Parts: sequence; structure tokens; C-alpha cells
Amino acid sequence: MPTPAQSPHVSQSNSMVSNHSKRSPARTSPTFEVSVVSPPSTTDVLVDRGFRGLAYVFAWLTIVLVCTILYEIGGHAFPAIQEYGLSFVTQSTWDANNAQFSVLPEIWGTLSSSLLALAIATFFGVFIAIFLTQDFLTPRVERVFTTIFELLAAIPSVVYGLWGIYIVIPTIRPIATWLHEHLGTIPFFSTPLSGPGLLPASLVLSIMILPTIAAVSRDAISAVPNQLREAAYGLGATRWQVIPGVVLRTASSGIFGAMVLGLGRALGETMALAMLIGNSNQVSLSLFSPANTLAALLANNFPEAGKVEEQALMFAALILLAITLGVNMIGTVIIDRTTRRLTGGTS
Amino acid sequence: MLTLQKPHRHVETVIHSEVLIDCRIENLYYGDFRAIRDCDLSIERGKITAFIGPSGCGKSTVLRCMNRMNDLVQGFRIDGQIHFQGQDIYHPSVDPVAVRRHIGMVFQQPNPFAMSIYKNVAFGLKLNRVKDDIPGRVEDALRRAGLWDEVKDKLKSSALALSGGQQQRLCIARAIATEPQVLLMDEPCSALDPIATRRIEELMLQLKERYTIVIVTHNLHQAQRIADKTAFMYVDTSNSSRTGFLVEYADTHRLFNHPQQEYTLQYLRGEFS
Repeated sequence: MPTPAQSPHVSQSNSMVSNHSKRSPARTSPTFEVSVVSPPSTTDVLVDRGFRGLAYVFAWLTIVLVCTILYEIGGHAFPAIQEYGLSFVTQSTWDANNAQFSVLPEIWGTLSSSLLALAIATFFGVFIAIFLTQDFLTPRVERVFTTIFELLAAIPSVVYGLWGIYIVIPTIRPIATWLHEHLGTIPFFSTPLSGPGLLPASLVLSIMILPTIAAVSRDAISAVPNQLREAAYGLGATRWQVIPGVVLRTASSGIFGAMVLGLGRALGETMALAMLIGNSNQVSLSLFSPANTLAALLANNFPEAGKVEEQALMFAALILLAITLGVNMIGTVIIDRTTRRLTGGTS
Repeated sequence: MLTLQKPHRHVETVIHSEVLIDCRIENLYYGDFRAIRDCDLSIERGKITAFIGPSGCGKSTVLRCMNRMNDLVQGFRIDGQIHFQGQDIYHPSVDPVAVRRHIGMVFQQPNPFAMSIYKNVAFGLKLNRVKDDIPGRVEDALRRAGLWDEVKDKLKSSALALSGGQQQRLCIARAIATEPQVLLMDEPCSALDPIATRRIEELMLQLKERYTIVIVTHNLHQAQRIADKTAFMYVDTSNSSRTGFLVEYADTHRLFNHPQQEYTLQYLRGEFS
């Protein structure tokens, strides 16, 4: 039987006794019997009211700002809306000389390049997030990797564009050529890669949104309570049963949130896409054919646009805004549903 | 290697005072911190063994050693052996995952997965690649956990909508669905109200027929009510460290009424906590 150095029992009661003898209770100090509580001061109340008022003002200002933007763009676009109406989104000519404008190829290009980039970035982003959170690395190495991935977000868009032109396109060209020659009957590979096009643009775009998706997914995954992981490990699950079965499942609404953020960024990305997508007004299923996006259309055509073209561009901007808002709303609904399904409506 | 064969559905004869887990921990470290020393005891088959002692004395740590849950903690290291049915579970050739499939665990906080009640119970069955009669096994486990009547009409709804006590019984059902031989319970009632606690205690007394149960508890009365054997651990604060050690291990009645060690006596009298 081991014997510890001290007996806590004895020393504790000794100290209690000495306390009593030194300082007797409140009976000898009657001032303490008067309560010292007081209501909040006038300053406290004013500060609270002032802060609340300011918060209201700023909250409403945000809404006013969005409405003003919508009103301004809508106002400028109004003549074009009257002129082209629905045909603006169903046809594919952009001809300033004949004042014929429509953006179907741009809508198609915006959605396809963004969704393709989202698919690639989600795959790698979630993989990175798992790698950085599930004890694959020591905490120090985890921190180093996290910082490096976050640095990707700091690279300017135009640098990504140059990198795409000088590195990505030459790298994927042999693969694209092989795919076109051998599997050209599949619509996705039906045209040769001539340089800029949907695939290089999507690849670069996916790397641009990767830090967002990886970082937000990482937060969602590390917010999964350790108790749940322990529950699964305690049942005898292997790491590769715990991660998809419990960790990703519990983090799924957060990962959806990451995807919505990433998609929002991809839809609005302009510079790198204007450099890489090829700016060609055609709707094609081929990954290698040049395409165009709404943001790239705006960036390329605004500098030299006449009055009528400018109105059409404003209409295009309005459509881009609608797509972004729509995507965000659908995303919010999905996140809400997932959260409710997972918690059984308790929170 | 531990046998990976499925456990028997029925334990035919419970041989009393047969050692199922033989625990010989000399030292246990988290990094440089020595958390446990000198903890030797044998868990007997078919009995409820309780660990009592003050906070921070390492009761849970010892419990979590028995199914290698501590392997998930960075810097964990153990000197000594823990034999489960004669095999050292810390032997390099042993897969901790296989150990955990034989020795189930119930935690302090109810921790059902964010999925339906049914899927929670079926989770362990899926891990063990059980194919036949999963609905029957799920029902059986829920019945034995005393939860079936409350949830039979809402098996598809989320487990998180259940009350705390129901969630804990669900976690017990989840743990026993695969018929492990041992159930480790780490303060399973500390987050529950007295009524839910009483239900879990009744449940443990029923489950004892088929499983060997090891429980950590803060509640001395709980240990007296349910445990056949009780281990008292205390913490050694000499050398400005906090190292837990086993003080006394005996039949519950004997430990509470005729403690052999001065520490045990003082703790039971409530003279220190």
C-alpha cells in the first residue's frame, strides 16, 4: 500500500479552524449588513439604447443598399428588358452592330463552369478538411497545412488567370487531345481543345474556390462533437467507417454551406474566367470547347459598349444577380432541411 | 489475435468468479503526465464491477484502457498488460478495433448519432457485417434496453428528439445489439434525472445476466445498489503531480462495511472528496 506525503484530511480541517479564529463572521462588522446593490446607471441604459439604435440603422442600411443596387441596375436595364424580353435568355447572338443581344450561352457557361468547378473543389476540399482534422497529422503539421491552404485564397485572380494560360492549358492539352481522339463520340469530348475553354477555366476556378470550401468544411467537421466520434469508435468502427458514417453525416449541413459559399464565389468570378474561358458565344456540351460566362461578358464588353449595348449588359448583370441570389436561397433551404433532418426538429 | 467470430447469442452457464479481464497497469502516461500507477485488478465474468473515487483519480482512464479507447488520445502510453480472456489486448498484434467490438462502451453524455433510432441501433450490426434479421436484432436490443415500447412507433424519427434518459437507453441498446461480452459504462447516469437513473440501474441488473458490466460512478449509493464488486481509487498528490492509484478492491458489501484501508474509510465517511 503506497503512502502519500500528506494527509489532506487533517491539513484541510486545520486551515478551516485557523480561518475562523482570525476573522470572525459579519456580526462584528455591521456595515456589511447594508445591501450594496444598485440599479444600472443612466449611462448604462443610454449606451445600451444607443447601441441598439445603431444596430437597427445599420441592419436597415444593408437592405436599402441592396434595393438601391437593384433599382439602379434595373433602371438602366429597363429599355433592354422591354426590347428583348424573354428572347434575351433563349437566344445566343451578341451583335453590337445589329443591336441583337441575348445571353443563353453565357448563362450556360456560367452555370456549367461553376458547377464543374464546385464538383472538383468539393471533392478535394472535403478530402483536405478530413485530412486536416481526423488525426492524420500531428497538431503542428496540421497548423502548417491549414495556413498553406488559406494562402491559396490570397492569390489575386489575375495571377490565377496567367497560371491557367501558361501552365494549366499546356498540361491538359495532351490529355484532352487523347480523350477527343479516342472517346470523341462522347459529347463531353466532342471537340478538340484549342486553348482556352470550359475545362481549363473550371479547373482554375476550382482551385480558386478550394480554400473557401476546405476552410468552411474543416470548421464544420471539427465542430462534430468528439463524443460522437468516440461513440462510433467505441462500437468498433474503423476510421474509414467513422468518417463517412458519423463525421461527414453530422457535418453535412456545414459542408453544404461551404459548397454554397464556393458556388457563390465561382458564379461571380470574372478576371481569371475572362482570360481562360475563350469568350465564345456557343452552347456546347464539350468540356474542351470555348465558352463564355456572364461575368466575363460584362468585363469584356463594358469598356467599349455604346448606349444600347450597355442596357443589354445591365440586363445581363441583373440575370447574374438573380442566379446568385437563387443559388444562395436554394442553398439556405438545403442547409435548413439537412439540419432539421439531423436534429429531428429539436433545434 | 483476438477471435473475430460473432459472440454467442446466449451465454449458457455463467461460471462465477471466472476472470474475464485481468488488468495489470503499472504506469499510464499522457505525454509526460503520469495519470495512473499501480492498478491491478480482475474483472469477473457475469458481475457488475464499480469504480468509485474522487474526481480526477483516473477511474474513467482505467475503464477506457479496457477497450483501448485511450488509443485515440495523443501521447497515451501504458506500462503493463490487460488480458481479456487470456490475451493481452495491448499486444502489438492486436487490432484495437477488434477489441472494441468485443468490449462495448456507454458514455457519460448520451451520444446517439444524428440519424434515426433504428439506424443508431443497427450501426454496430452493419460494422460487424451482420446480414440476417437486422430488424429482429434491433427490436431485441431495444427491448432489452427497456426502450422498445416507447419508440416502436417512431423508429424512423431522429434519435436526437428523444429525452436524455431515452437517449442513454438507446446508447445501451446500440452497444448491446452486437452482443459484446463486456459493457463498460462511464458514469452513465451522471447527466440524467433520478427517475431515468433508476431505470438505467434496473436495466443494468437485468443485463448482468448476459454481460459483464464495469461501471464508473460518482454515486456511492449507486455502487452499493448495483455492484457485486467495487474498486476504490484515490489520487496521489505527492511530487506536485496527480497520479491515480487503486486503493482497495473487494466485494461491494465488504468494501462499504469493512474497508481495510484508511483512505477508503475516510472517503466513505465523506471526510474528503
